[in-house]
Amino acid sequence: MRIHKMLISMYKTRQYYHHKDLHKSPHSRPKSGVASGAKKIIAREIKVVRKVLDVNNTIAQQNRKLFSEKGVFVLNVMSSPGSGKTAILEKTLSHVMPAIKSAVIVGDICTSNDADRLAVSGAPVVQVNTDAFGGDCHLAAHVIKTAAGNFDLDDIDLLIVENLGNLVCPAEFDIGEDFRVVILSVTEGEDKPVKYPLMFRVCDAALLNKIDLLPHLDYDRKETVNNILQVHPGMPVFEISAKTEEGFDPWVDWLKSRVSQKINPNVA
Amino acid sequence: MCDIEAIDRYFKEQKPERLQKFIMHEMGIAMQIVEIASASIPADIEDVRVERINLKVGKLTAVVPESLRFCFQIVAQDTPFCNADLNIEEIPIIAKCNDCNIEWTISEPVFRCQECNSGSVEIISGRELDINSIEIAYEDTQDADKHV
Repeated sequence: MRIHKMLISMYKTRQYYHHKDLHKSPHSRPKSGVASGAKKIIAREIKVVRKVLDVNNTIAQQNRKLFSEKGVFVLNVMSSPGSGKTAILEKTLSHVMPAIKSAVIVGDICTSNDADRLAVSGAPVVQVNTDAFGGDCHLAAHVIKTAAGNFDLDDIDLLIVENLGNLVCPAEFDIGEDFRVVILSVTEGEDKPVKYPLMFRVCDAALLNKIDLLPHLDYDRKETVNNILQVHPGMPVFEISAKTEEGFDPWVDWLKSRVSQKINPNVA
Repeated sequence: MCDIEAIDRYFKEQKPERLQKFIMHEMGIAMQIVEIASASIPADIEDVRVERINLKVGKLTAVVPESLRFCFQIVAQDTPFCNADLNIEEIPIIAKCNDCNIEWTISEPVFRCQECNSGSVEIISGRELDINSIEIAYEDTQDADKHV
């Protein structure tokens, strides 16, 4: 199977101090023989005014430029754990391939189970395990940059990034993608969109999965859709079942049209 | 004071899976804060002590101030940042309607115009995650040399 496993070593805190040696004691005294009684303490404020995620955003822009040059459409897929990301991607790949040449980067804290499942589609898959980062909960731009280096981007139209199962922090980290999709399933609460508004604000479409289970649940799908549209008015919502493939055609058509708009911009 | 013993105790007592949940992206963000702040200290100042870092954090970010403070304490240990206070100014979510041009503060997760119910809404503020300034203290060695 075409799986590349990556082990990315943790950024040790110490490696961050390349500007100056900050690891000496903050209260150490100068070694020169200056008389200590004459010293004056100066206090001052230094203006910084920088975005904390500057580095991530810069690398994300580099990724975006590279993917544009190579004609690769990048889809960032996010959801809570167990909502069916991998099952949806398995079925989606079977619908879009081989017409659309696809590849997948899949992030998990541990295991390559998802990559093993997705590799069956024939698409090249890179598994990123973030446990080396202390169990990081999202894929950052530099991780995508490194992972994408495993693919021949000239031979790829669609790069799907299966982010970690988490509705909070993946929303904060730009990876250089073209579109973001959030997946919810009908076994989760109808109020998830209003509990995690940032995620639903930053995404371009929502998938409501597992609708084959609706006959067995007291679930109000209209309330979920209303909640999504309160947080993100006008957001496309696709109600689907990865098990029965009900509702898959509108979703796959939407994805195909987005991909072809990018890779064949001159075709109407 | 940096209560490093308390942090060590916390690590030992917690089960790894609990800790994995706890150490989220705030750890990476705390590292970035220390990285950016240390780069902005002039190179010619020695024995600097960072007293305070002034941050702006919007309410529409994935940052929990308490988690950020906890992670910062871990990242800052044994550095000039170990006594630094993270001063977090929380910025409200302010939206502007593209149709009727009114601006309002969003406190509930409803992103529709209060006046005309339009969904064409722009977020004016609330996504900030910025370092505004740092406050440092150091000994004035030049002045001291004059006294010798």
